[in-house]
Amino acid sequence: MTVLEQTPGRDESGARPTPPTAGWRPRTDPAPLLPDETPFRLLGTGARLDKRRKELWRELYRGLVHGRRYNRQATALTRQGRLAVYPSSTGQEACEVAAALALAEQDWLFPSYRDTLAVVARGVDPVEALTLLRGDWHTGYDPRAVRVAPLSTPLATQLPHAVGLAHAARLRGDDVVALAMVGDGGTSEGDFHEALNFAAVWRAPVVFLVQNNGFAISVPLAKQTAAPSLAHKAVGYGVPGRLVDGNDAPAVHQVLGEAVAHARAGGGPTLVEALTYRVEAHTNADDATRYRTDEDVAPWLGHDPVALLEAELRNRRLLTDREADAIAEEAEAMAADLRGRMNTDPALDPEDLFAHVYAEPTTHLREQAAMLRGELAADAADDPDRADTPARRRATGRDDHADDHRQNHQERAA
Amino acid sequence: MTTATSTPARPAPPGGPAPTTMAQAINRALRDAMAADDTVHVLGEDVGALGGVFRVTDGLTAEFGEERCTDTPLAEAGILGTAAGMAMYGLRPVVEMQFDAFAYPAFEQLVSHVARMRNRTRGSLPMPLTIRVPYGGGIGGVEHHSDSSEVYYMATPGLHVVTPATVADAYGMLRSAIASDDPVLFLEPKRLYWSKETIDLSSPPACEPLGRAVVRRAGTSATLISYGPSVSVCLEAAEAAREEGWELEVLDLRTLVPFDDETAAAAVRRTGRAVVVHEASGFAGPGAEIAARLTERCFHHLQAPVLRVTGFDIPYPPPMLEKHHLPGVDRVLDAVARLQWESDHTEGGAA
Ligand SMILES: Cc1ncc(C[n+]2csc(CCOP(=O)(O)OP(=O)(O)O)c2C)c(N)n1
Ligand SMILES: [Mg+2]
Repeated sequence: MTVLEQTPGRDESGARPTPPTAGWRPRTDPAPLLPDETPFRLLGTGARLDKRRKELWRELYRGLVHGRRYNRQATALTRQGRLAVYPSSTGQEACEVAAALALAEQDWLFPSYRDTLAVVARGVDPVEALTLLRGDWHTGYDPRAVRVAPLSTPLATQLPHAVGLAHAARLRGDDVVALAMVGDGGTSEGDFHEALNFAAVWRAPVVFLVQNNGFAISVPLAKQTAAPSLAHKAVGYGVPGRLVDGNDAPAVHQVLGEAVAHARAGGGPTLVEALTYRVEAHTNADDATRYRTDEDVAPWLGHDPVALLEAELRNRRLLTDREADAIAEEAEAMAADLRGRMNTDPALDPEDLFAHVYAEPTTHLREQAAMLRGELAADAADDPDRADTPARRRATGRDDHADDHRQNHQERAA
Repeated sequence: MTTATSTPARPAPPGGPAPTTMAQAINRALRDAMAADDTVHVLGEDVGALGGVFRVTDGLTAEFGEERCTDTPLAEAGILGTAAGMAMYGLRPVVEMQFDAFAYPAFEQLVSHVARMRNRTRGSLPMPLTIRVPYGGGIGGVEHHSDSSEVYYMATPGLHVVTPATVADAYGMLRSAIASDDPVLFLEPKRLYWSKETIDLSSPPACEPLGRAVVRRAGTSATLISYGPSVSVCLEAAEAAREEGWELEVLDLRTLVPFDDETAAAAVRRTGRAVVVHEASGFAGPGAEIAARLTERCFHHLQAPVLRVTGFDIPYPPPMLEKHHLPGVDRVLDAVARLQWESDHTEGGAA
């Protein structure tokens, strides 16, 4: 029997104070924290748009078209062996693009491994965003310069970082909001819980965006949680939860924008659950037919974020054929540029392996670097005439086993 | 039980040499680091009003405020994960893990992020944070309060792993750990918290550079290699060994990663015989790496295999039995006796 289960006044010892059951009230009124009863939507609601919002919706559309093309291109690059693996966000472009656009210059984005599109939409060069998945380095961009944390593969582990960074910025008196992205499966991880709890206690300026795309690889949401919604999880931490149609880009942008503004004003964190769907397999290495059917996917194809926004913009006469063509052409050019640059071998320097393990390389690492250098020199000396010596092949990232490596990598990444 | 209490760690007011405990020296190092650099933040469980269960953070919240010395929610992954985020923003967090065995929930953050953030971002996001972990046995702690967890950290590239054996080192090495631009595991031998040395904290000891071992006692017969709580055991053993006619050298490693091969190899070459002593279990323990490295570097100087005296390969025992597990003077002397003094080769493993 815990102290709170004892009937007040019936404490034999008499020493213990009466537990405060009688006048007890929740510390926070949960009602205002409860998420929207139905997912928040803007498309198809006849919402009135001022000039600024019209521009925003057009900008979102441009982002979605680029994003869809980027997803297609990246998936194609896996088939050509140019990417080791690609977890596509096809069907989730509204969340990816709106997340990037909801942030101000000085804010930070904390993406998960599926969110390269959000990273690109924030302005990072796609080749740099894809470095991790090509395999020439882990993080291809300079996180501090672009204020985008490394893509996080260990699920939900980036969430406490977002809290710590936002908290640190607040302690320093800086106006910085962190937006952290996680999947529905990731909400089962301990780090999700700890991050929300720390953020709430510290009132850290953080926005948590959960993209509920229905699956964690093969596991459907029903096996992940018994919560009424993922947004409801916020309430237990004293954090407001929001539920939004994740394929309605203007709605996602608005909800995230409000959460960012709330955080910026000192109101603390918000948990946003965006309902969306992973249209493609988990990655190119996954076989989705083992756990879902085409009939399962079909309704979501009819609720496509790009098509929804395009139809609405055309209805409202905010998009002409010519504009749509121009945007599609731009996206095509972006894809061609990406393809071209990804089709060249990345420059690799094996010495990089040792360069950033410690601030100063240790004696031990200097010895190992020297050993590798010696091996490479010996390889080159063995066969100086061959244009494609092992050393060179290694140095350019192409060796005899390249295809095996890629194959293995794909299997492992699944 | 996290109820270890003692006199507060606040050192005697400055003014000349005074007996100082290791806990007080660590407290003073934290205070001096916080005063010198306003990006230093202390985070942990009970580090505020209570001053930590070992009183090591006593007075820091009072002096620097709750934002600089913060009682966090009770969640070690959250503590280290948020500290990593703070470090990403340029702060210099000093995290207290309440006990060795309670640092395990933070392991994923440590291994997957803290240790490799610099590497994966090509130096863009260094992790200048210090993780203080009270560790080791000999304090009569019940289950989960006496682990020697150093080998887990040693096996993780990207971390520095250090542990002081003296009060002066506790101060100097902690200042250096906090000043380091890399993550440092600062392992505090619990049973030395109350050990005293007379040092002058009004002119604090120099910040010991990390990465250097030190000879605590010169000798010619054999070299005892140790760190943290086992250094004093080795010194005692060396004293006792004089009766047997052995002059034992005692090396205090201080830094386990990066390992000071130079000093350790020189100490072994001088005597040609070596015993590694630590509390952690022997199998795949720190001594395995140390003995292998020394054998690789000193093979032709060695008169006998490098032996190990370690804790048994068992879960840490209950307090009433821990004395059998912990390497003591007798076990060290037994190992020394097996260093093939008669050069009649005998088969036999470590104690
Ligand atoms: C800590 C951890 N456990 C397991 C994995 C392997 N894994 C990669 S993605 C994934 C599913 C993630 O599902 P969800 O969070 O819903 O994100 P989504 O893939 O749908 O974007 C799993 C299990 C991982 N990356 N990290
Ligand atoms: Mg999912």
